[in-house]
Amino acid sequence: MSLRPAVRNLESAIENHDMDFTEDQILRYSRHILLPEVGGEGQEKLLQAKVVLVGAGGLGSPVGYYLAAAGVGTIGVIDNDRVEISNLQRQIAHHTGRLGVDKADSAKETYETLNPDVRVVTHKERLTSANIKGIIKDYDIVVDGSDNFPTRYLVNDACVMMKKRLVSAAVFRFEGQVTTIVPGEGPCYRCLFEVPPPPGMVPSCQEAGILGVVTGVIGTIQATEVVKLILEIGGTLMGSLLLWNALDMSFRRVKVPRNPDCPVCGQHPTITELIDYEQFCSMSH
Amino acid sequence: MNITLNGEKKEVPDGITVLGLLQHLTIQPERVAIELNESVVRKKGYSTAQVQDGDRVEIVSFMGGGAYGASRPCRRNCNLRTAI
Repeated sequence: MSLRPAVRNLESAIENHDMDFTEDQILRYSRHILLPEVGGEGQEKLLQAKVVLVGAGGLGSPVGYYLAAAGVGTIGVIDNDRVEISNLQRQIAHHTGRLGVDKADSAKETYETLNPDVRVVTHKERLTSANIKGIIKDYDIVVDGSDNFPTRYLVNDACVMMKKRLVSAAVFRFEGQVTTIVPGEGPCYRCLFEVPPPPGMVPSCQEAGILGVVTGVIGTIQATEVVKLILEIGGTLMGSLLLWNALDMSFRRVKVPRNPDCPVCGQHPTITELIDYEQFCSMSH
Repeated sequence: MNITLNGEKKEVPDGITVLGLLQHLTIQPERVAIELNESVVRKKGYSTAQVQDGDRVEIVSFMGGGAYGASRPCRRNCNLRTAI
């Protein structure tokens, strides 16, 4: 196939918009700019977008990788762990040479090396009710790839209260779940999963294992949702939970209605303040 | 009677409640969320919500893991993992 028509399309896509792309940027993002649904305007939206990842682990790694490649201009990484050898079977933002390094720094190095247009902001803190609002307030979209229920509920509640769009996912053994939460428009995590399960009732991946590629598939679906939210194209997973099973290679999409009795986003919310880890934990004592 | 469970036809005992269905399927209620005809059934309603012939039931498991490796117990040493 001749390259000429593609180059002409690229030139017209750029000329139609008053953008200040460098030559390198036009080449780097050419396959985006060629898409009528993206174009120069869409690429500019990506470069202006601010997305924060809760965790730079199995899910956060591929999300950040694809967002960086796509030219999402500001990527926050919240993680206070260090790279361990048992992470490397799936956490592709890190590598063997980074053992012992803070995951946030390792991810920053990886993403900024991939794309110098991207600025990665590290937040080497454990999320709590005291710090979460201050961290996420500067971002447009939050991506949850946490591995525990206290964080999952904290992130959901904070995003509802601050009206931040949230792409939430979880994985377990050979399966994953993803949903997109748009506060005020669609259901939140608590609309379906109202309260966390009792401690110890649901085993963690550390206890139960996880097929590494499952985090790649589910994280990449999260990244797809983020990119579409930024570009305002297509339909998202708002109002449904997408389930994927790697062994059956089957997807199932469960519609999730808004729950008028939801304790955080319902008509009469009973949760109006963030609930902290320690309180969650103390429920079991 | 016949219901559609997670998108597939399934025969279950007549006059069963949501709780009864979970017991029939040997699923622990604490580990799942339930939708009956696309409405979420709240936990406290499990023992009273009746499942009817032809109903569509979705049972979705809690999934909390993001597959981080370095989880550690919380400061109170309970069994909830608190690493992010």
